[in-house]
Amino acid sequence: MNPDLRRIVDVAPLLQSGALSPVTLTHDCLTQIDARPETNAFVTRLDAIALDDALACEREIRAGRYRGLLHGIPVAVKDLIDVAGVQTTSGSAQPAGEPTVDAPAIARLRDAGAIIIGKTNLHEFAFGTTSEESAFGPVRNPRDLRRSAGGSSGGSAAALAAGMCFGALGTDTGGSIRIPSAACGTVGLKPTGGEISCEGVVPLSTSLDHVGPMARCVPDVTLLFDALMGRPLGLLPRSPSASGRVVFGVPRPYFCDRVEAGVGQALERTCQALAAAGHEIRDLAIEHSALTPDVYLHIVLPEASRYHARMLQRSPSLYSPGVRVRLEMGRYLLAEDYVRAMRLRQALTAAVDRALYGCDVLLLPTLPIPAPVLGASTVDVNGTTEPIRAAMLRLTQLFNITGHPALALPAPQNVDALPRSVQIVGRRNQTDRLLTIGSIVEACLG
Amino acid sequence: MSPHIDAWLAAACADAERRGLPELKPLLESLAKSTAALRAADAELDDRPALPAPAADRANSGGPTS
Repeated sequence: MNPDLRRIVDVAPLLQSGALSPVTLTHDCLTQIDARPETNAFVTRLDAIALDDALACEREIRAGRYRGLLHGIPVAVKDLIDVAGVQTTSGSAQPAGEPTVDAPAIARLRDAGAIIIGKTNLHEFAFGTTSEESAFGPVRNPRDLRRSAGGSSGGSAAALAAGMCFGALGTDTGGSIRIPSAACGTVGLKPTGGEISCEGVVPLSTSLDHVGPMARCVPDVTLLFDALMGRPLGLLPRSPSASGRVVFGVPRPYFCDRVEAGVGQALERTCQALAAAGHEIRDLAIEHSALTPDVYLHIVLPEASRYHARMLQRSPSLYSPGVRVRLEMGRYLLAEDYVRAMRLRQALTAAVDRALYGCDVLLLPTLPIPAPVLGASTVDVNGTTEPIRAAMLRLTQLFNITGHPALALPAPQNVDALPRSVQIVGRRNQTDRLLTIGSIVEACLG
Repeated sequence: MSPHIDAWLAAACADAERRGLPELKPLLESLAKSTAALRAADAELDDRPALPAPAADRANSGGPTS
């Protein structure tokens, strides 16, 4: 791939003018998948269909029927989301269905002219953060093959980082778009809860699941989000310069209590860059945020177990061992504790709303550690050893509970060569504003 | 932990053992601690509109499968 043409916003004008063919662009992506098989980013490749679709796009554009900035753009889809005529494996050895219709999110991308090039690997049934428990083998991080690509949408992030596609779809129940984006150095958006339909998506936790876009820069994520919302894509995304001064609230208690040195440095450098550009950084606290893991656990476990009850009964041995035991745990939870968690969820939602009263967005780290080494079960962060899964979810899961939109994007540090990431969190139903501010942050970080 | 949660944990661990899933036991023990914290927070919510601050060890535990 031409290094100057890594972003949708760079290649879209060339596609529109006819200077670049969608067939060439799609072929380049497929070649890149061939070049990096060790990443194991894809479960199913759709080469022939994608090249046919690219040819159709080329003919439409030549005939003057240009649909907008996603027309002819190769996109990958997490293999938890239905694409008509293609098995949805969920990364599992459990029997997979073959849907006859696209999920609404896929239909919207196709309406915008995007080309689906394949289904990406993931943590089995999206129930994990490392993408290593998959019936198709672990996803390896293109930045360092010994390391996880994050999860559960690890294949989507790895495909983006390795130049195998220009955009991707993921799902996020506790951080599964933002965590792999952070691990692979890409950008990922968890929209406001309910904003994008989860129909045609294998559920993990019906009240926590979100579908969202992933890409290599904020304007590309914005384009994909606009398409997922069914908006016309005739213009380049919103200009960051039009937004003025922004107040960033940094919730340090809980969210900065235990982060690795490079992550801490990335947050501070981001704060410094934003302040130098004239924006305001304000420290604050989100009340009760330390209750987050307890509330999350008592929602995700029973909701996941309900969906999997029949498979747990019929074919438990087809699950990865770790996924199976997590699903089994949900069967022991009492209904009254689920109700308690849902009640506390309202209190946490109100607490995040209150934190956002005094600022435009929250700014915090996405992942407290860099991408972990594959096979590790625990991680040491500042002298405290904790389970990898708990550490990786700690900073993202609150916003699945509350439904606030959150955007993860790379942030600078010089501790090592692995990516670090910050996330910004906006008010509910103001995802557009969040994306505009995301462009400002990305521009400030250069 | 409360007697209720202790009894729940004992029953859950016995059932896991009976079903040939002994690897569930440490996870259930962690879940029991998480449930105790959840119930304490919920009880506090009954008593006053503001929620309690969790104990420091709970604040850092992350939960067994979160």
